[in-house]
Formats: sequence, C-alpha cells, structure tokens
Amino acid sequence: MGKMHITTNINGDETEFLCDADESLLDVLRDRLGLTGAKEGCGTGDCGACSVVVDGRAVCSCLMLGAEAQGREIETIEGVAHGEDLHPLQRKFLEHAALQCGICTPGILVTAKNLLERNPDPTETEIRYWLAGNLCRCTGYDKIVRAVQDAAAEMRGA
Amino acid sequence: MRFEAPSTVDGAVALLAAEDGVTRVLAGGTDVMVQLKSGMVEPDLIVDIKRIPGMYDIVEENGGFRVGAAVPGVMLGEHAGVSAAWPGVVEGLGLVGSTQIQSRATLGGNLCNASPAADSVPAMIAAAATARVHGPNGVRDVPVEEIGTAPGKTSLARGEMVGSIYLPARPAHASDAYMRFIPRTEMDIAVVGAGVSLVMDGDTVAEARVALGAVAPTARLVPEAGAALVGKTVDAAEEDLRAAASAACSPINDKRGTIEFRTKVAGVLAVRAARLAAERAKG
Amino acid sequence: MALDEFDSESRIFSAVGTRPVRPDGIDKVTGKAMFGADISAPGMLHGAILRSPHAHAVIKSIDTSAAEALSEVKAIVTRADFSDKVSRGNADVLENVMAGAKVLYDGHAVAAVAATSAHAAKKALKLIKVEYDVLPHVTDVDASMQDGAPIIRDDEIKVEGYSANVMSRSEFGHGDLDAGFAAADVVMEKSFKTAATHQGYIEPHACLGSLGADGRGELWCCTQGHFVARNICADLLGIDSTQLRVVASEIGGGFGGKTTVFIEPVALALSRKTNRPVKIVMPRDDVFRATGPTASSSIDVKIGMKNDGTITAGQAILRMQGGAFPGSPVDMAAMCAFAPYALENVQAVGYDVICNRPKQAAYRAPGSPMACFAVESVVDMLCNQLKLDPFEVRLKNGAKEGTKASYGPKWPRIGLLETVEAAKAHPMVKSALGPNQGRGVSCGFWFNHGGETSVTLSLSQDGTVALQVGTPDIGGSRASMCLMAAEELGIPYEKIRTTVVDTASLGYNDVSHGSRVTYASGLATIKAARDAKKKLCQRAAKIWCIDEEAVDWQDGQAIPAGQNAGGHDPLPFAKLCKSMGRTGGPISGHFEATPEGAGVSFATHVVDAEVDPETGATKILRYLVVQDAGKAIHPSYVEGQFQGGAAQGIGWALNEEYIYGEDGRLQNAGFLDYRIPVASDLPMIDTEIVEVPNPGHPYGVRGVGETSICPPLAAIANAVSNAAGVRLTELPMSPPRILKALDDA
Repeated sequence: MGKMHITTNINGDETEFLCDADESLLDVLRDRLGLTGAKEGCGTGDCGACSVVVDGRAVCSCLMLGAEAQGREIETIEGVAHGEDLHPLQRKFLEHAALQCGICTPGILVTAKNLLERNPDPTETEIRYWLAGNLCRCTGYDKIVRAVQDAAAEMRGA
Repeated sequence: MRFEAPSTVDGAVALLAAEDGVTRVLAGGTDVMVQLKSGMVEPDLIVDIKRIPGMYDIVEENGGFRVGAAVPGVMLGEHAGVSAAWPGVVEGLGLVGSTQIQSRATLGGNLCNASPAADSVPAMIAAAATARVHGPNGVRDVPVEEIGTAPGKTSLARGEMVGSIYLPARPAHASDAYMRFIPRTEMDIAVVGAGVSLVMDGDTVAEARVALGAVAPTARLVPEAGAALVGKTVDAAEEDLRAAASAACSPINDKRGTIEFRTKVAGVLAVRAARLAAERAKG
Repeated sequence: MALDEFDSESRIFSAVGTRPVRPDGIDKVTGKAMFGADISAPGMLHGAILRSPHAHAVIKSIDTSAAEALSEVKAIVTRADFSDKVSRGNADVLENVMAGAKVLYDGHAVAAVAATSAHAAKKALKLIKVEYDVLPHVTDVDASMQDGAPIIRDDEIKVEGYSANVMSRSEFGHGDLDAGFAAADVVMEKSFKTAATHQGYIEPHACLGSLGADGRGELWCCTQGHFVARNICADLLGIDSTQLRVVASEIGGGFGGKTTVFIEPVALALSRKTNRPVKIVMPRDDVFRATGPTASSSIDVKIGMKNDGTITAGQAILRMQGGAFPGSPVDMAAMCAFAPYALENVQAVGYDVICNRPKQAAYRAPGSPMACFAVESVVDMLCNQLKLDPFEVRLKNGAKEGTKASYGPKWPRIGLLETVEAAKAHPMVKSALGPNQGRGVSCGFWFNHGGETSVTLSLSQDGTVALQVGTPDIGGSRASMCLMAAEELGIPYEKIRTTVVDTASLGYNDVSHGSRVTYASGLATIKAARDAKKKLCQRAAKIWCIDEEAVDWQDGQAIPAGQNAGGHDPLPFAKLCKSMGRTGGPISGHFEATPEGAGVSFATHVVDAEVDPETGATKILRYLVVQDAGKAIHPSYVEGQFQGGAAQGIGWALNEEYIYGEDGRLQNAGFLDYRIPVASDLPMIDTEIVEVPNPGHPYGVRGVGETSICPPLAAIANAVSNAAGVRLTELPMSPPRILKALDDA
C-alpha cells in the first residue's frame, strides 16, 4: 500500500506530506513535519496534550488521521506567537507561573486561545469546563485559570 | 489499510459494500481512532464521510430536524432551533468528552459505536429519534433504539451506514433533558444515564418517554417509567418513576460502578431529568 | 545534622522572594522545549517492548523467529542480552526492566524489538511467541500476607507468623503504650485501606539511546536523575558508567516516578545489537501497567485522648505492598505517621509486602500520605466525639522545637504550629457550611532530603554567569537557582543562565527527589557563588595590591574592607570578570558535598466538601494549603507545589485507583478510567506560605515539593465524613463507596 499525498495548510504555510492511511495527524506533525510542540500524552483523546485547531475548532490531533487534513487549515502551538511577539496567553502563562513541567502547556495554550476567540469574557467555570480535556498533573489548574482570565482581560482591553 | 473520502453517499455505500474485510465509517473518529490505536480493530478500509455534501447540515423537515452524520456536538449546540426543541439531545451529545471531542463527535457515531453508556443515545431514544440508514438495498429509517444490539454491535448490515438522524417535531409545552452520573465533572464514561422527554399539560405530564443508559447491554427505552409519569405532576410521580427506572436496570459490576450503585442512581437521575424536562417544557 | 548553615534572621533579600519569569519559559510556551520523545537521530530505529498478559507465570520459552523474519526488524533482545554480573542493589531493577525466569505482574517486560518504524516494531511484537506456565497470583496486600497466599519470590519466611511475601518488619516509637492508653478518657481504634495510585505524569517515559560494542554510548531521556540513570544502565549493560553520557531532556512530570529506569537499558541493548540509535516511547497503557505506582496500604490506628484533647498514646500498624519487589515505602510511612504530634507513648510498626503488581516507584512523599490519612482520620473522630476544635487539638499536641519525634530525632526549629495558627486564622475557616457540607482539617509531614550534590558556577568576560547543575528541573528549579546565585553575587537574575548539564560535564548528583533540589542544589549554588566571590576578592586584592582579607564583597562589587585597606574605588562584578584573563585566568566557583541539614516541612490543610446524599458524589468547595517553606525562593513556584500536591491528593482521595480484575490484570490502564482531576473538578486552591527558617540552609530553605500531598487524603476524608455523617475509611472515596456507606449507616 503506497502512501497518501496530502496538501494542507499549517500555521499559514501550504504544506505537503506523505503519510500512511492509518497514521494520526499527531504522528504526521511530530514525525514527518518536525512540529513536536504537540505532545502525545495518551493517544486516546483523554489528555489533550496533542491539541491543535483544525478549521477553527480545537481537536485532539491523536484522534484525527493525517489523511483527513487534506485541504484543511491547521494551527499548532508553533503558530501561536507572531514572530518575536508572544500571544497574550503565552505571556500571562509565564507571568502567572501557570506551568511547572510544561508538557501540557502547548495543548492548553492552543485550546485556551480557541476559547478566547469565541468567548472573550469567559467565567471561571467556563474556562474550567473548556479546558477539562487538557490534563495538567503539576499545577492543580489554579494558576492556569488565572492566567487565562488575565489574558482575556488584557485582550478585551480591560 | 485503505482510506477513502467519497463525495456521495452512494459512493460511500459502494465502497463499504465492496470491501470483504473489516470496514469502519469515519465521521468524528473519536471512537474509531481509539480502536485503531489500541489495535482492538484493524480495518482494511476506512470511509471518511465528511466530504459528502450535506453531512454537516442541520435542516428542518416536517417541523423536526434532520441532522447530518458529520455534525459534531459543538455545531448541534450552536444550532438555535435544535437547542430550543431538543435541549436534552443537545446536552446528551454535548456531555461526550472534552471541547476537543466536541469538535468531532457526532450523534451517528455515538449511536453506531454501540456503547451501552453512550450519552446521546438515551436522549435520542427518549426523543423518538430515527436514524436514516443508507445501504446497497436503498434507504430505511430505523428507530434509534433498534440500532445498537449489544455492546459494540449494531443491526446495520454490510455496506450500510447512518447518513442522518431525524429529531421529530415538538408540540407546545414539550421538552427533554438528559443527565448522567460520572465520578468526575467531565471526561468520564457514564456510569448511569437517563433521558426524559415530556409533553406537559400545565403541571401534569401528558406524554413521557424515559430511556436509560449504562444499566443494560444497550441503552433502553423504559415504558414503565414513562407510564409512571403520565397523568401526574413530576412530584406526584417521583416515587413510582424512581422505582420503575431502578426496576428496569440489569447492570453489571465493573470498574466504573456497582450493580447496586447503578440501580439506585438510575432512579435518582430519572427523577432529576424529569424535573428538568418539566421545568423546560413549562418555561 | 548540619544545622549551623543559616545566615541570619535579619538578612534582607533583593532577588530571593521575587517572582521573575522562568528562564525556560519561552521555550515552554512556544512548543520549542525538547522533552523525552521530541528528539530523533539519523539512522534511528524504533523500539517496542512486549509485556506479559499474566500476573504471575513461568516463562517456558520465547520464540522470536517469526518477528526476526520481518525485514524491518533489526534486533530483538530478551533478558539474555543484559549483564549477568549486575550488582546486588540493581538486581531487582534488572528483573523489573526485563523478566528472567518468571513474569511477576501484568505488564512485566519479556522481550523488545528494534525496527525501522514504530509501526513495524509494534507489528513484530505480535509475532513473538511466549509460552507461559501460569501460576496463581495475589494483588491484595492483606491477602498476600496470609498463610497459603501464592508465593511470589522465594519461600523463606522472613517475618514470623506471615507468608513468605512479607519481606520485613520495622518498628519505631517510644514510651509505654499500655500506660498511655490507660490514661486516656477515650480510646479510638479504626482500620483503613488505600488503593495504589500512579504519579500520573502527562509525559510517558521516552528515550533515545546509542551504544557501541566498545561500551561507549549516549542516552537522552526524561528522568529525574540522569546520573543515577547512567549508573544503573551501565551496570545492567556491563559497561563503565563514565563511558555512557546521559543528557536529561526536559521532563514532563515525574513526582518520583522517573527516579529509576524502565526503557533506557532496553534502548541501549537494542542499540548495541544494531549499531544504530534506538528510540523508545512508552505507550500510555504501558506507563500504567509497568511503571510507578505507589503502594496500596492497609492500616490500623489506635489513639487515646483525654477529655481536654491531650493525646496520651498512639499506635499504628501499617501494611504496604509495593509490587513484586521489596521496598514499599512502609518504613517511611511508619516514621511519618505521628510526626506532627508530640507524644510520650507512641509506636508505629510497618510490614513490607510483595504482590503481583508492578514495582512501586517513589511517589511524592512516599508512604506519608497514607499514614497521615489513617492517623488524622482517627484524630478527627476523637475531636468529633469529644466535641473539640480540630485546630486546638493539633495546637495542644503539636510537635515543636525540642520535641522527640516518634521515629527518634529531636526536632530542631520547625514550623508546624505556625501552619496550624495560620490555617485557623484564615478567612476560609469562617465561611459557613450548608447542608451536606463538611470541613476537614489535617496536618502532614515530610522529612526532605539532602543527597549528593555538585555545582559549578562559571564566570564570563561580559559579567555573566553560567551555572551548571546536575539535578533535572522538575518544577522551575532553574529559576530558583538563578535567584540564589543572583542574590549571592549581587548581580541581576537575567545575568545568570542555569543549565542542567550532562553526566560528562559535572560531578555526580543524586536524583531530583526528596524535595531536595532547592535545598541542596540551592545550597551548593550559594556556596559555589561564595567560592567565586572569594576568588573575585583575591583578584581585587591583586589589582589593589592589598591583602585579600582586606577585601569585602558587597552589593555586587569588591570593596576595601575598611579604612586601613586604602581608598580604592569599588570593583564591580562585571569589571572583575572583564579583566580576569589578565588577573589570573578564568574564574569558576565550585561546591560538592552531601548536605545533611535538610529541614523537615509541615503543613496544615483545610478543605470544605459537599456530598450528594443521593449519588455519593463529592464536590470540593474550598481548599486551603498552609505550609512551612522555610524561605520561599520563588514564591509562585512554591505556591504551585502547594496547589499541585493538593490536587494530586484530591484525586487520590476521591477517584484514583489501580483496579485489578480476578485475572490479576490491570483494568484501567488509561486516563479515561484512571481518573486524575480535571480543571472543572477543582476550585481555586488557596495557599499561605509560612516561613520558619531551616537552620540547615544559608537562606533557611526547606523543600516544599512533597509535604503538600501528605495532608489532603485525611483532610478530604474528614471533610467528606463530616459532610456525609458517616466515617469513610477506604480510599478512594468513590461515589459507589460513599453511597454504600450512607446506605449501611
């Protein structure tokens, strides 16, 4: 069985790759395209460390085939900062010490950014439920939630 | 393994029918991909139905709604009409997994995965939803409770696939609710699930359908529980409803819950879901 | 104990205590940081490990021929590919890394494959045929101790009266228990059980190894201790330790679970057989089946109390299984059980038991949370029965400076009572409780550790500093090291770069465990900086042509010590660095030692919980952590440790557990059914940092990483029991268990 030829857009760049039919988008990103910011914590959609945004929706890249990416627009953690300017969420995560080991951080940032693009003023409860699929074992989530709230406030110009 | 993304339903059916090996229909993939990862299933063919026009559509039909098989939870929840008419079905699918899962998981996938604990299924059964099944011999509409036959098994024949789910029209003063019990607040499989659909006449229940999940090999309609509600207020029916729901359970002990727990909590949730549905119907 | 290190209560800090952005921050928020699985090498092969489906079985034969016939498969290793001269201390590690004659638990490694792709490696595993002779198994600690239990290792009885699975008995305490209980107005006895829980780090174990036939190699891995990984791997492979250079990747959580090796020696063995680098990434289900977890326990506690709240005697009998190998943390559990109390009559007995489960690995304050759960539950029961305030009872009986601890030592300066006072005064304690709500209080204790430590601090001509440490940064320690070096040298935080260097670049360092890094590597950093300052003063003396004793270091510059030293302009750090080539050559500060003044840490937690009486569901409403940090170097990361420990404790108390079937197989080897807390499960977690300086550290630092997981199990059990009106004695307090307790009550 030959490989599939897929054309897609990743972080604004037209990207082509070859993949096996049963290869996940996560494996394509990490092993074929060198985009290792998305992490595999479980491979079953339970931890969210592999989160990316596809056509405006946050998904687990471990639960999507690379072949499904044909013609889609994908945003990964590598596309969150603009040049040397960090996204407000990235800055606030650093200011609030919202990461300890940092393995869940890319997935949480991608997912939180997707939230703030839909809901610029989420409540604490909305943030917690939106991020419920992103496991963090280090922080107890307190500083993560505060960082998201603070970034949202800054982005609203509050 | 082959991956195909046909552009018509007929094309999808033809691919599925022609494959002698193991096939899987890929909509949201949130179950299929887990099965692939674990090696539990090694399909010879995967048919992605998301490139078929109409699969992401929600259209009004005879006062009800036809929901395309690729419509994910988040889109269903964003649809004002469905959310108003069938809030219980929306919350049933909406409870499946995380934000990320919601971007992909579908009613049809939840139904065809045939887990007894699928959250949207009791809500759809209570709603008297039907699945439109496309196959080599044409199209048929099937009550959703007839799709799952056992854990992981469906009544679909070779070459058949679900193309859409139909949620029927609602009379005035009608609503539904779905509640489930999980140990955490999110990310778990239901230990018990209860869907209730009511038509109210003032404070009195005029029509009722109650369905339970995770308490038997398949999600099931519980006519006795519905009957316990009809002609009474939910408050007056509470004890009978609780007893009827618990009596309908034939669960197992497993890593997620005990027989005693599931039996008892099925009654609790049936009552809570009925209260919420009644409140919404009156609202 | 070296308890004379503390500088001064009156020291005013400039850098320490601030909250700068961590030096590895940008890499971690942009996806650039390189974790275990993020590296690849040219010509790399992918390894995969075949694991036993049986809890206990003799390996009759392993047939690898069909797998070897695949063209993608380049090597297969079994136990025969490892050294047969492994040191006694590592024999069990080898047995765990690759099974010998028997498999001892579901998930035990039996063979491994290296292939040209991960897919091919996985395919090859299915072609390896292992013939097993299945044996009876046991997974419960109490069952394993009984006569007639399946015997797992050898049949020699080590502790009279129990099966050969009981490996040892330990005992701590003092005084006269009988007299103590006789003096009590109430004696309360209760038995408790806790399930095994996993560290639950989000990053699975991953490594890339390369080893030649000449015994020289390289290893990249996510580990809490690359020097220890080096030494164990070298021993298991029969090579010299220094011929193996180990680089610690960024580590995606460890909590004790990455203090040993699992896949690393396997990757190296596969590499040696193929002369190609081999990468292994553990699938998540293997992480649950074959690494971690901590012990499960069964504990009896008996405490006597007078009507006024005075504890007259305390006794704890603890039984812990740590998997199929000796070494459960029961000794530490026994030592910690009564640590928060000043008792005249106290005894704690521990039994180390083996079972057909994976070899336990350290998990955050190993043993202490379970012991604390049992003891603090009984204290709460006594408080309820005698209608006493839980804070007052702890203040009345609490350990303080001079108290003889139940395990022997006399406490130096400690901060337990300060944490109880602060908790009692916290606004949360004044919040009213509604129906089905309850409040729980618990104290907790952890020893903290020093350990072998080596640090080098190298100055650069532009007035900046390269600090080389050997303790992997598991929670922001590079920021703390930079702060301490900045404090000591009197230069800005940004002028220092701390690197966790490889094993070829620094002397030996113990693993990052025992809450030791900020204490021990911190102490070493301060002393290395002082060594560098001494050299800087020597250079200034040389420039000024005065005695070196006549030079002082103040605010980042060398100054004449007094008027007799002459009227020289101060020489700032940067200037001395710039001229060092001309004044004597490069300057580095060094320190290496095994610091022995680690300061114990106590905490008090308060939790409010609500129980749904119809479903048994628990909601954590409010949570407060008060802990003695000695001195908080970077307060944000101290708070983070407090919050993280509390969150893990909440998971342990309510939902997390290893569930084994009748067949001895683990039933929940994934994050779906091994239920760690998600964001929506938790409230904000309030923290209060108490600072009672540790006399064993120049700035007073105590480790903070572990103590925070000691009180939660008890605090939550007390809150849930008080909310439900029925005492919960078994963890996790899952909804079915709570509902059953309510029904039975």
